[in-house]
Amino acid sequence: MSTAIEIRSAVKRYGTTTALHAVSLEIADNAFFTLLGPSGCGKTTLLRCIAGFEDLNEGEIRLFGQDIARLDPNHRPVNTVFQHYALFPHMTVLENVAFGLKMIGVSLDDRRARAGRMLEMVHLSAFADRMPTQLSGGQQQRVALARALAPEPKVLLLDEPLSALDLKLRQAMRVELKTLQEETGITFVFVTHDQEEALTMSDRIAVMSQGRVQQVGSAREIYEAPVNRFVADFIGETNLIEVTVERIEGDWARVILPGGHVIRCAAAGTSPGKHHLSIRPERLSLAKTGELVATIERVVYLGTDLQLLTRLTSGEAIQVRLQNSARTEVPAPGTQVALHLEEGAARLLAD
Amino acid sequence: MKGVRHYPGFLTMAVACLVILYAPLIVVTVYSFNASTSITTWGGFSWRWYGDVFTGPEAPRFKAAAWNSITIAVLAASAATTIAVAASLAMIRGGRFRGKSATFALINLPLMVPEIVTAVATLIFFSAIGLVTGYMTILIAHIVFCIPFAYLPITARLQGIEDSYEQAARDLYATQWQAFRLVLLPLMLPGVISGFLLAFIISLDDFIITNFVKGAGMETLPTAIFGSVKQGIKPNIMAISTMMLAVSVLFVTLSYLVNRIGQRTRS
Repeated sequence: MSTAIEIRSAVKRYGTTTALHAVSLEIADNAFFTLLGPSGCGKTTLLRCIAGFEDLNEGEIRLFGQDIARLDPNHRPVNTVFQHYALFPHMTVLENVAFGLKMIGVSLDDRRARAGRMLEMVHLSAFADRMPTQLSGGQQQRVALARALAPEPKVLLLDEPLSALDLKLRQAMRVELKTLQEETGITFVFVTHDQEEALTMSDRIAVMSQGRVQQVGSAREIYEAPVNRFVADFIGETNLIEVTVERIEGDWARVILPGGHVIRCAAAGTSPGKHHLSIRPERLSLAKTGELVATIERVVYLGTDLQLLTRLTSGEAIQVRLQNSARTEVPAPGTQVALHLEEGAARLLAD
Repeated sequence: MKGVRHYPGFLTMAVACLVILYAPLIVVTVYSFNASTSITTWGGFSWRWYGDVFTGPEAPRFKAAAWNSITIAVLAASAATTIAVAASLAMIRGGRFRGKSATFALINLPLMVPEIVTAVATLIFFSAIGLVTGYMTILIAHIVFCIPFAYLPITARLQGIEDSYEQAARDLYATQWQAFRLVLLPLMLPGVISGFLLAFIISLDDFIITNFVKGAGMETLPTAIFGSVKQGIKPNIMAISTMMLAVSVLFVTLSYLVNRIGQRTRS
């Protein structure tokens, strides 16, 4: 598969603060790629650098091999869906969608036809002659999509486009976006701070923090094999426990838990010494007997799940998630239970 | 909380202020329709003095002055608005630059400086550089003092427009100029029109600076009225003043309405 965007050691500074620290990334063609991270992590800055609204201080951005880092935004064959859509309020929906085509010199008849087809694709043909302010948030969102897709960009950039929508609409739009990406075959670069959004739509995800890419991988990879504490903590819920790696035996590490309990897990490039262990709450279960003894402190009913807040005899708080089925026995707060760790449930982190 | 109407003395104060502000205007307006030649005794309703403005002995003088006033106001307001648009783009969209607050102060200085000082300084400046006073010097002076009046509503408008609109236009292959002309300028337009109308009326009404820099034989409406009043107040002065008042009220109202329509389309 060819590479749509290749970013090499991109550095962006604002005065004395550095927003991007030598970021390098490869984004495959025809992929749904997500930049995920908390606010201020540099994801939007990176997107704006790709679009051309910000200039890099150092580094390259290659679009299908061509370095575009120094081009003006109107010379980059990428289009953007803005967070608040930025639909032109003085133009009709159709004029908005046709704007990009007009700028690249498509004739009036042609651009009306093409903009019309785009509106059809986002199911808004009936609204072509309305003004953007007469549309609901979800409809404006779809107009913004149609407008950005109309000039057939090589890459579509989306800057937290779903954040202004309510939950139900957001969930529906996730599916619609993913379908749209597959139908058009255009590479989508999607920025979000919402990990659920990232996990449900993306082919690949780059997790960013403090101006650096922490990990790039599929949803499954970053969830199940986080490379560091930040990724483990940011994606989903996790229990982070400080442990001691006693020794490394090939690919495996012998790990001593706080209570003295010893487990074996993948070494993941660690060396003997203090490390953090990540255990997903849903990978823990309750057992009648076992060495890892904990006291139930609270039981939280979440509908599909039960969340148990427990504390190990050594003092660490551990969360456990149980699926709520008819057979689930709900332990009462204060009872002692043994926690069962599935094989491979614990993940040793390099930092 | 009690409404402001319930405070003791509110009604008296309000009425006193309104009377002091508007009674003279009302008197002038009413007496401009006086049939009598006297300016104090009412002799019945008549359009006589309005006719006199256009056909009476002073008509040629007033016509020439009105022509000067209107052409100067249109030209000065156009130039000042253009400069003000450029200035507000630089101030609001130009990013950070050295001396930005100083620039802001300089643009608005004419609002603070006593007009008589500006008038004297302008006259001295023109004579120092050897410019002969006349139509051109009035025009130049008007352009300068109209800039802040045009600048304020334009800047207020521009500040409320997110820069993502221009970015969206650039992103959709518009050049910088196209993004300005097709997207930003239409969005700024209520502010621009409002600024133009304000500058127009300020230019039309100006007396002090104009009087200093106009040169001999050149009159605008305010200086012509003043010259005429020096020989005693005649009812035709009331008629012409009332017409100027009507134009002013019309333009200020227009400026206000345009701004309000702009507020509504923005959200």
